[in-house]
Amino acid sequence: MCRLTDKCAAGGAREREQDLPERSASKHDYPGEVILAVDTSLGTAVAIVDADGRRRADASSPDALGHAEVIGTLLQQALAQAGDEITRVVAGMGPGPFTGLRIGIATARAFALGRGIGVVAVPSHFGAALSILEDNPQIGTFAIVTDARRREVAISVFRGLDADGIPHLKSETVLVPRTGAEAYLDGLDAREVTSVDAAALGRVGIRAAHAGRELAGAEPLYLRQPDVTMPGAPKRVGL
Amino acid sequence: MSEPLVLGIETSCDETGIGIVRGRTLLSNTIASSMDEHARYGGVIPEVAARAHLEALQPSIETALAEAHVQLEDLDAIAVTSGPGLAGALMVGVGAAKGLAVSLGKPLYAVNHLVGHIAADIVTPDSDPLEYPTIALLVSGGHTSLLHVRDLTTDVELLGETMDDAAGEAFDKVARLLSLPYPGGPEIDRAAVDGDPNAIRFPRGLSRASDMAKHRYDFSFSGLKTAVARWVERCEASGEEVPVADVAASFREAVVDVLVTKALAACADLGVPRLLLGGGVIANRRLRDVAIARAEAAGVTVRIPPLSLCTDNGAMIAALAAELISSGRRPSTLAFGADSTLPVTEIQIAESQAEDAA
Ligand SMILES: [Zn+2]
Repeated sequence: MCRLTDKCAAGGAREREQDLPERSASKHDYPGEVILAVDTSLGTAVAIVDADGRRRADASSPDALGHAEVIGTLLQQALAQAGDEITRVVAGMGPGPFTGLRIGIATARAFALGRGIGVVAVPSHFGAALSILEDNPQIGTFAIVTDARRREVAISVFRGLDADGIPHLKSETVLVPRTGAEAYLDGLDAREVTSVDAAALGRVGIRAAHAGRELAGAEPLYLRQPDVTMPGAPKRVGL
Repeated sequence: MSEPLVLGIETSCDETGIGIVRGRTLLSNTIASSMDEHARYGGVIPEVAARAHLEALQPSIETALAEAHVQLEDLDAIAVTSGPGLAGALMVGVGAAKGLAVSLGKPLYAVNHLVGHIAADIVTPDSDPLEYPTIALLVSGGHTSLLHVRDLTTDVELLGETMDDAAGEAFDKVARLLSLPYPGGPEIDRAAVDGDPNAIRFPRGLSRASDMAKHRYDFSFSGLKTAVARWVERCEASGEEVPVADVAASFREAVVDVLVTKALAACADLGVPRLLLGGGVIANRRLRDVAIARAEAAGVTVRIPPLSLCTDNGAMIAALAAELISSGRRPSTLAFGADSTLPVTEIQIAESQAEDAA
């Protein structure tokens, strides 16, 4: 994963563009699959999609806080809408504020453990990108921008769908100071989003799973090391 | 349900604890600690702890199930710590507990961490049943609390707690003053072996007559830490070598003295001849020895669960939930979160109403 290094931040997204042939997603059909997708990178989003990627249930809260309080009820609501049979879980891996982000991942993993089914890890920006591509298939290169707190934004640049129907990531997700975002984006079509559609995330996840691709590792996309101060010499208290 | 099979999830600090009990029988107590990751920072870093919980949860649950020889489907309920503790760390456990409970369609019990420490006694193998009322002294790096337990599931009262640092924190900070590594408890113990506990008379926090009216059962360790720092500085300023063993032994004595004195005062004042010890600092041999000796002189019986049940663990959380279930309590709703300052009087959080209980 690309931490915020000088190389990442300074380069600018546009320079790394290399035009790929536009490819549309082939028709996907995963008989019997029912996917539960959970994402708490921004608000709390829970959705269930079927084998054709159709949304069968959706339960979400736009609140950027309170993930732990609402996640269980939203999960229950989604299952009540779509039926209890789930064959796979998709977890949104961020980036997003850490405390909230972890809750959805923990919930998704524990749900999967309870059912003895697998978890597909998907970067949350892929879900956001698929939503935009589905609404606007003609869109060219664009950037998903999300708030990363501390006056920083997380940016991922996408262009079209690849052969597997997955948004094509053109440059790795980076953290950029909000004041420097414009320079980094260099005129790119930037879409700042405040929610992730879990159904779209679920579609990305099932396409990745069936293509045998891993879009994210086991660790959330923290993009930032924990704040720690190494202990120095004890402060003098004075005699 | 007389012998409920419960899986407990505990993530309030730096231990990812998964415990499985059947009624009062301990089947597994699995603990994954991130202590090593905190060692180089000299204390628990909340974000580091929360990251470690997320990593450790699933493997810990699998380990606990294997050790207990039970399947998830066999469980009667899931239990989780809702608080008190580090908010971000607690939330990982709450998320996992909700996901697991909804997935399995099992009831979920959200419980109080401090009361869980008392419940650890109940699943201690080969022990006589806990008698009520009892005074409980819970001492760790995160809390220092004195409780009056009239009934584990319904009636726990906070008599006093620390006004500043927890006792375990004081050990860590003084260890650093003496250039000893983290965690401070065992290091201070080691350093104190040849020390004289009466070499230096360090202050006993909130023990003066003027403090006792308002803070009879409260603790304060930050003044003690400052006193140790000042003493060490004065020693260095005068060019003498710091007598580490004496400082360590005298500091430890001050902590132990105030803990035991206040706990036994509560026993005497309330006419309760029973004292239960819990929390990670109970690992401190001197604390246990002094507590046992002085309690015996005062006619108070001391109970100390095995250390693996004294430190933060999931078995105590499962044990508390099993008691709640056996006493007929309904499960919690799914609408609770993490409460980093949850009061000890809230033994179970968000119990569902009779009409919406499944
Ligand atoms: Zn504890």
